[in-house]
Amino acid sequence: MSNFTQHIVNLLSKNGLVAAFLFSGIVTAAAAFISDKITKKRIHSSAIAIFLGLFAAYIGGIISGGEKGLADVAAFSGLAILGGSTLRNFTIIASSYGAKMSEIKKAGVAGFISLFAGIISSYVMGAIIAFAFGYRDSVSIATIAAGAVTFVVGPVTGQSLGAESTVIALSVAAGLIKTVFIMIFTPFVAKHVGITNPRMAMIFGGLVGSTSGVSTGLAAYDPELVPYGAMVATFYSGFGCLLCPSLLYGLTKLIFH
Amino acid sequence: MIYGVAALSACMLLGMLTGTIFGDVIGAGTEIGGVGFAMLLLIFVTNCEKLKFTQKPAFVQGMTFWKSMYIPVVIAMTACQNVRGMLSSSFVAIAAGAAAVGFSFLLLYVLHLFDKDKKEAEK
Repeated sequence: MSNFTQHIVNLLSKNGLVAAFLFSGIVTAAAAFISDKITKKRIHSSAIAIFLGLFAAYIGGIISGGEKGLADVAAFSGLAILGGSTLRNFTIIASSYGAKMSEIKKAGVAGFISLFAGIISSYVMGAIIAFAFGYRDSVSIATIAAGAVTFVVGPVTGQSLGAESTVIALSVAAGLIKTVFIMIFTPFVAKHVGITNPRMAMIFGGLVGSTSGVSTGLAAYDPELVPYGAMVATFYSGFGCLLCPSLLYGLTKLIFH
Repeated sequence: MIYGVAALSACMLLGMLTGTIFGDVIGAGTEIGGVGFAMLLLIFVTNCEKLKFTQKPAFVQGMTFWKSMYIPVVIAMTACQNVRGMLSSSFVAIAAGAAAVGFSFLLLYVLHLFDKDKKEAEK
């Protein structure tokens, strides 16, 4: 019997991408069912699918002890391909098919300004929290603050400033929390904070930043808004990597030495 | 269908290249906005009325297929997140991440209020 299970696992891991398609389809169907029958369509099925995905990632993390969620479990290893950065980027770009150039021109400047406002405000919030928890050296504060920008910017900043590895790990965790919170809360607060048009979606993408968070959160609220938010958000980590270890660290050092 | 997919690939690779060059030029040490440049390129090409081929079914099908694959990919992506790591992380990380998100939403809310005022003033 265990031999049979082994065969199934081998089959799934050898054809990983195909298994991942099946997984995604089943989760989508389950989410649609829960949305229709249990919540009476009050909660969008994509939002439920995201919850199920995150829950599966948690279970996967417990089983494997790894860092890639369910993708660390052999039978589901294909999820790392389907949900990896290449296909994610590919489909995000495809999502912009049908977006209007006029909308982007109209809100481009606002989106760009919100990008910098978002990086700086996230950094400041991260720095305040780091200070509140007793960190007093500028390198640690800057690294944790950069983690609050995104989980890419945190380690990039930490490594270039020579921060301790525990602090770098903390910054990655802060960025991770940010991404998952954006995924979970965006569909519920979007309407209340006015993310109902391409312009506000672009500003939202610039303010919160994380591409995976923004694109997932918007997908669960209104897929039509995904390209506008995601486009601005894709510039966030890059500009964060530019600003955090240089200008923002410099300012932090002036305050904390 | 392959034309749409190939065009999408071309946009992605060109965008990534632009992002890498852009990152180098301003000295960020990483690529900046490769996906964003790719999206801009795609929107530009498909909004360009002179380029008739973007209206052909062989082009449109490839684009719409990958556009509709977006949510399944997002689901797979959520299943690859390090949720265990997130839940077991220390309170500093949770507070920092939550504060950043909370403050961003607060800013949006304030902007939204201003937005309303503007519209009412116009009326």
